[in-house]
Amino acid sequence: MSLKIKHLLGLQDVSKNDIQLILDTATTFREVLERPIKKVPTLKGTTVVNLFYENSTRTRISFELAEKRLSADTLNFSTSTSSAKKGETFKDTVRNIEAMKIDMIVVRHQSAGVPLYLTRISNASIINAGDGRHEHPTQALLDMYSIREKLGKLNGLKVCIVGDIAHSRVALSNIFGLKTMGAELSLCAPPTMIPKNIEQFGVKIYHDINKAVRENDVLNVLRIQLERDAGTTIPSIREYHNYFGITTDVIEKNNKDIIILHPGPINRGVELSSEVADGPYQIILDQVTNGVAIRMAVLYLLGTKNS
Amino acid sequence: MKIVLNKVRIINPDQNLDEQNDILIENGIIRKIGNLNKEDFSNAEVFEFDGKICSPGLFDMHVHLREPGREDTETILTGSNAAAAGGFTGIACMPNTKPAIDSAEVVNFIKSKSENHLVDVFPIGAVSKERKGEHLAPIAELVTAGAVAFSDDGVAVKTASLLRNALEYLKMYNLPLIEHCEDESLAGGAMNEGTVSTMLGLPAIPTIAEDLTVMRDISVAEYVDGKVHIAHISSKNAVQLVREAKAKGLKITAEVTPHHFYLTEEALVSYDSNYKMNPPLRTEEDVKAMIEGLKDGTIDCIASDHAPHSIEEKEAEFIYAPNGILGLETQLGLALSELVHKNHLSLIQLIEKLSVNPRKILNIPIPQIKVGEKANLTIFDPDEIWTVDIKKFKSKTKNSPFDKSLLTGKSVAVINNSKMYYEGDFKKI
Repeated sequence: MSLKIKHLLGLQDVSKNDIQLILDTATTFREVLERPIKKVPTLKGTTVVNLFYENSTRTRISFELAEKRLSADTLNFSTSTSSAKKGETFKDTVRNIEAMKIDMIVVRHQSAGVPLYLTRISNASIINAGDGRHEHPTQALLDMYSIREKLGKLNGLKVCIVGDIAHSRVALSNIFGLKTMGAELSLCAPPTMIPKNIEQFGVKIYHDINKAVRENDVLNVLRIQLERDAGTTIPSIREYHNYFGITTDVIEKNNKDIIILHPGPINRGVELSSEVADGPYQIILDQVTNGVAIRMAVLYLLGTKNS
Repeated sequence: MKIVLNKVRIINPDQNLDEQNDILIENGIIRKIGNLNKEDFSNAEVFEFDGKICSPGLFDMHVHLREPGREDTETILTGSNAAAAGGFTGIACMPNTKPAIDSAEVVNFIKSKSENHLVDVFPIGAVSKERKGEHLAPIAELVTAGAVAFSDDGVAVKTASLLRNALEYLKMYNLPLIEHCEDESLAGGAMNEGTVSTMLGLPAIPTIAEDLTVMRDISVAEYVDGKVHIAHISSKNAVQLVREAKAKGLKITAEVTPHHFYLTEEALVSYDSNYKMNPPLRTEEDVKAMIEGLKDGTIDCIASDHAPHSIEEKEAEFIYAPNGILGLETQLGLALSELVHKNHLSLIQLIEKLSVNPRKILNIPIPQIKVGEKANLTIFDPDEIWTVDIKKFKSKTKNSPFDKSLLTGKSVAVINNSKMYYEGDFKKI
């Protein structure tokens, strides 16, 4: 079995078979992570560059660990300034890196479209680790993996994404991926956090968190950007927490079977109360562990396909 | 020097002229139309232009020459050459140069640089000093130096109060204020807001950014009886607002670019920054409204918004790439292909929108095709099928999304200021 895709740019055009294969492969690697020696020689001799144009500690270390567990050679290129500001063009930067004979690029960038652009200027296999507010496919894959691990299936489940959908790269990937796998998707947020015409992607929209909790099996709760959102897209963090925050009270009065996911980092007391963040309904740390397995699966499947 | 344009179809809507005839031009002056005899042909260079259209020279009232300031991307000379290659004998250039066209010195500089060229270059002055939207630029001084209109293009005039004062002041000269309609608080996105921007995860500009400023400008123009020309109109509602303003008899005119009647936001799925412009490409519905507006006269003219940018700048990551594309060398072909060959406009209407109306808006005399007049002409073949090749562009940069497009209709030659541009070369006539 091998993937149809050569790059993982997003989940919009990834088939059910490919997603299934990634999730199943991740199960194998998940077992590897429980062994005393957590390393396999699968990508020995393969060079992976982590090209991070935006601060992202957890996604970067998750990829880096996945690469090391697969015995790949890894190289980190991190910068928070755009190449334009540095004087070197993005294209030149990429060409320089590629001249060092690398096989795969894991890229995170503020601008949507950069992973696709990379496929045009590089021969490496490209993995999108988040582009602008577009997609973050490995996050959605690990979310799907974690849901499946917990509930045994994806088909027919009702999943609601809560929070700032408009500025999120996780939301679109979740919508595309989970719908492909047969789940029903919905969103819950104030209208200022819902992007234009998103209902055309076949999602239901809630503005009432109680109803969202009541009518869904899973909530995927997004981080609220404190510095960006307060006063512009929402009146205040306090008001957001009071009307959209997930508390034990909200869960217990509406749906005690709900499963809570969060891509991290959590703002305690904002989108989740501390009690919920540490409580029995969430699977947040499982997501982190599964993230390594998912990234190993993606790196392995793309890395061996092209060699 | 004598030349004969043999068997051209002469169309000038301004003279109600549409006839097949021969034209004799001597030292840049039209000496004879029709009934040419043997003597007329002797020592004359004869151009067999059978079936070609001969119109008053085309005029593009929205061009960005990058001189002074960014001569690495376009100069007055290379931009003028591109205009000639595209079929234009006159262009008006926008003031967002560095420094901006906000002093007589810059107007004089541009005029001196464009002297002796086939293409006439008409500077547009800035409305505000340094285009900052704070203080009025020296409008009277700029008019005296030769500015034909005023604009802070790139952005809208910052405040309603500055707009009002500029419009009142401009009444002394009966010149228009050309407005880039975009509400500052809603600006800043990389494409049109809608389903496609949501799918692509790109920050977006809503159509209301344009509509609100069009509304404001129409209201202010009505209040002070001012003259406003809406640059690069692109939203359906904005076209309707202009239509209603015209019906009320207000002095509002509008232009549309070829890309806004030829392309939609769907092109952005490639994340190719050659489709990144401001106003952004909009929806199919908006494109239809542009064509409707052109047909019923709501939109007076077609202008390119020719905006050269270096390859390095355009190749930046999408959200950092600058807005704008080249337009001068594809404009006529796009207009003929999309408007005339699809029966939206007649050739006569097209010539109105590419030659007559822009000059009317700027109070520039319309070239007359008659004996004794200076020859200011464009000869084009409405049926020539050609493939756009950016490598052949006269512009200094190559930022065009139309490379390799198959178009029907192309400029064959332009004549002005006793010069002719034909088959890639300028020569004195």
